[in-house]
Amino acid sequence: MDRLKAEDLKKMISIQSLTFSYPSGEFRLDIEKLSVASGDKVAFVGPSGSGKTTLLNLVAGILPPQKGSIKVDNDEINSLGDSSRRNFRITNIGFIFQDFGLLDYLDVRDNILHPYRITDALKLNSDIRGRADMLAEQMGIADKLQRHPSDLSHGERQRVAICRALLPEPKLILADEATGNLDPNNKAHILELLFQSVEDHGATLLAVTHDHELLPHFDNVINFSDFLQGETT
Amino acid sequence: MMDSLYLAWRYLVYNKKKTFILVCCITIIAALPLALEVLLNESERQLALRAKSSPLLIGAKGSALDLVMNSLYFGDEVPETITMAATDQVMDTGLAAPIPLYVRFKSRGFPIVGTTLDYFDFRSLELAQGDMFTMLGQCIIGAEVARELALKPGDFVVSSPETLFDIAGVYPLKMKITGVLAPSHNADDLAVFADIQTAWVIQGLGHGHKDVTRTTDSSVILKKEESNVTANAKLMQYTEITKDNIDSFHLHGDAINFPLTAVLALPYDEKAGTILQGRYLEKEMPYQIVRPKEVIDTLMANIFKIRNVLDAVILFVGSATLLALVLVFSLSLRLREREIDVIFKLGCSRATIVKLLGAELFIIILISAGVCAGLLAFVHYYDQSLVRSLFI
Repeated sequence: MDRLKAEDLKKMISIQSLTFSYPSGEFRLDIEKLSVASGDKVAFVGPSGSGKTTLLNLVAGILPPQKGSIKVDNDEINSLGDSSRRNFRITNIGFIFQDFGLLDYLDVRDNILHPYRITDALKLNSDIRGRADMLAEQMGIADKLQRHPSDLSHGERQRVAICRALLPEPKLILADEATGNLDPNNKAHILELLFQSVEDHGATLLAVTHDHELLPHFDNVINFSDFLQGETT
Repeated sequence: MMDSLYLAWRYLVYNKKKTFILVCCITIIAALPLALEVLLNESERQLALRAKSSPLLIGAKGSALDLVMNSLYFGDEVPETITMAATDQVMDTGLAAPIPLYVRFKSRGFPIVGTTLDYFDFRSLELAQGDMFTMLGQCIIGAEVARELALKPGDFVVSSPETLFDIAGVYPLKMKITGVLAPSHNADDLAVFADIQTAWVIQGLGHGHKDVTRTTDSSVILKKEESNVTANAKLMQYTEITKDNIDSFHLHGDAINFPLTAVLALPYDEKAGTILQGRYLEKEMPYQIVRPKEVIDTLMANIFKIRNVLDAVILFVGSATLLALVLVFSLSLRLREREIDVIFKLGCSRATIVKLLGAELFIIILISAGVCAGLLAFVHYYDQSLVRSLFI
């Protein structure tokens, strides 16, 4: 398990003196310094409740920290206003949720295009539609575009979620246990697809995982147990 | 906005059952009071119009409302009968022209109105097909009767027997249709009109059979005397009046004593009407005289009170249903928390989420409004017949 050395890398994410706690006060995340290089594939590991998902939400600007700074591609995300932060998130960050976060009432194509329908920051046009079809082709779900998520297998849903995350060509992809519920064969295949897509798009990947077998595939691994002990990386 | 509407539409299409129930609830809440309003207004209009055009009505003492409803709208409640003498009585006053009415029997659910030809002049009823009845056993039918039963001049209608097992009761009479009235959009469209004497024949006050004085069939003769022949039950009465047997038809008794349900009195002027009304107010008079408009106005006043209660009930039920809908919608939002969380995390603003939910509500209300408008258009289009079948 390698430790990140931020100063050696071109930074996609740079976190300084970060403090975050939920209003209940039961959980507290302190990170003195953390950097992720551009184009890296980084795994977040650690016990449940150690703050992996919380950090993804902080990086995405969904949660505001009490203290400290988070820079994504040199943009200080917390200094942005609400609207700008949302626009930044939807244009620069692709989210892959543990439960995929697909909408049952939309078919596969509409799920992939969904980010374009909920914000003015992304413009839906024929090029985007073409790219959505192309991504679906690459992911092997081109024949499923008219189907609804409930008609798909676990692996197929995962691919749809990846397509949705990649469509706006984000600089950063946040994957929260994206392979958590898959069988080993599918897990490896999906991870391969995800890595390939990330590389093809030149994106950076932050992936929360509990699966230690996958860690060798990542460039770096951040163990959140260290943060619980008050250490910084 | 188009994206919000698109997503909302996809959601509603995917959740068809939920959408259907919501649309039904909103449609019913909106359409019910409006449709009732349309129907009540139309019933008021129909009742008032006919009542206004019927100056005075004479009938047996009793319920004035039953008398008016039977005589003007051919309602099912048959008032106590009076006799044909009431017609002569009006005539003798020289104050009004009488039109006898006998509305008691039915044919395939439609009332048979026994009257005279004056009735058609008074109501300005015109024939759309055929001719007016000219002999006993003929009839003309209203436009709706012709439409619903697919009848035309030359066809027949049969009067319905009043009691199936009463062998001494009213026998069915097969009547030939000579004409069909043009639509008048009131109770006349739904009636079968015959001469007053035909109505009496239906009742059995007049009948036709073989001439027993000439018959050679001894099995029908019970007793034969010089001046009188008594026939037994084997002697068949005719159930249809034709040119061949019309001469054998005869009334038993003096027509002056034969029954009527009412006499429409058409005063020659307002003063004559007032005088005529005054005469019938005397206690010893066996009849009552009513101004249908006054009776209907009283009825309307009562309907108005009921309508207020009905409006309050609808308002109460509507409010309760709306609250239930709000509850359903808020519970649905709770069920959709995950979905809302996902689109929020993707970068959607809270305002856009509200817009998405608003678009769903907008589409549901729009569909409901469309269905409601369709229902109201239907009710409005058929209000006359609906009022006749539901209220009058």
